[in-house]
Amino acid sequence: MPCPAGESWERVVKLFEVTTSPLSADEVVSRLANPGVGGVATFIGVVRDSTDGRQVLHLEYEAYPEMAEQTLAQIGAEIQARWTTVREVAIVHRVGRQEIGETSVVIALSAAHRAELFDALHYAIDRLKEIVPIWKKEVWTDGSEWRSEQ
Amino acid sequence: MKVRVRYFASLRETVGLEQEEFELAAGSSVEHLLAALAGAHRGLDTRLAAVRAAVNRCYVSMGTLLKDGDEVALVPPVGGG
Repeated sequence: MPCPAGESWERVVKLFEVTTSPLSADEVVSRLANPGVGGVATFIGVVRDSTDGRQVLHLEYEAYPEMAEQTLAQIGAEIQARWTTVREVAIVHRVGRQEIGETSVVIALSAAHRAELFDALHYAIDRLKEIVPIWKKEVWTDGSEWRSEQ
Repeated sequence: MKVRVRYFASLRETVGLEQEEFELAAGSSVEHLLAALAGAHRGLDTRLAAVRAAVNRCYVSMGTLLKDGDEVALVPPVGGG
């Protein structure tokens, strides 16, 4: 392996990521540079076992990964412009096949004071469902369908 | 000119492709591209009303003019989370 002179050994942390790997909320929180800032709020999206009374077997998530990461970063920038006490934002979305009870998305926000964290968190998940190019297919015992809240 | 068209989720299944190179007249807009694609792919025309377009990974309006080499994604209603 080449080892270019001057290369930094600092850990590269992605704050906005689309991944096929299983998610851990603790791991996403640890991506925030300074978790000791005062408070951290997290939203953990979990695969549901039914929708409209139909039994879901599993979900298939698909993304336009490059644009999805870009729009996740856009949401982070929007939050920091609107809620100036929010210090950092990390959003990681898993794609591919996911079983009931698995974590599909983790949103973590840090701030010195709690007041704005929850509003910002609510905004993050609403905005994610509005602009991030990620799609969810529900697979039932008797069929499947791409779902959207729009 | 040529653009790269990318399809996702339900549109990928409708068209049967993940992506394709598509030849267009110079000066064409996103709207022109979508009309041409609807003519080339059965079942696509009825789906286009709900589709947003992204050029080079940014959402754009239908009147946006395309350039050679642009990547155009057809984005059906999203549903992450």
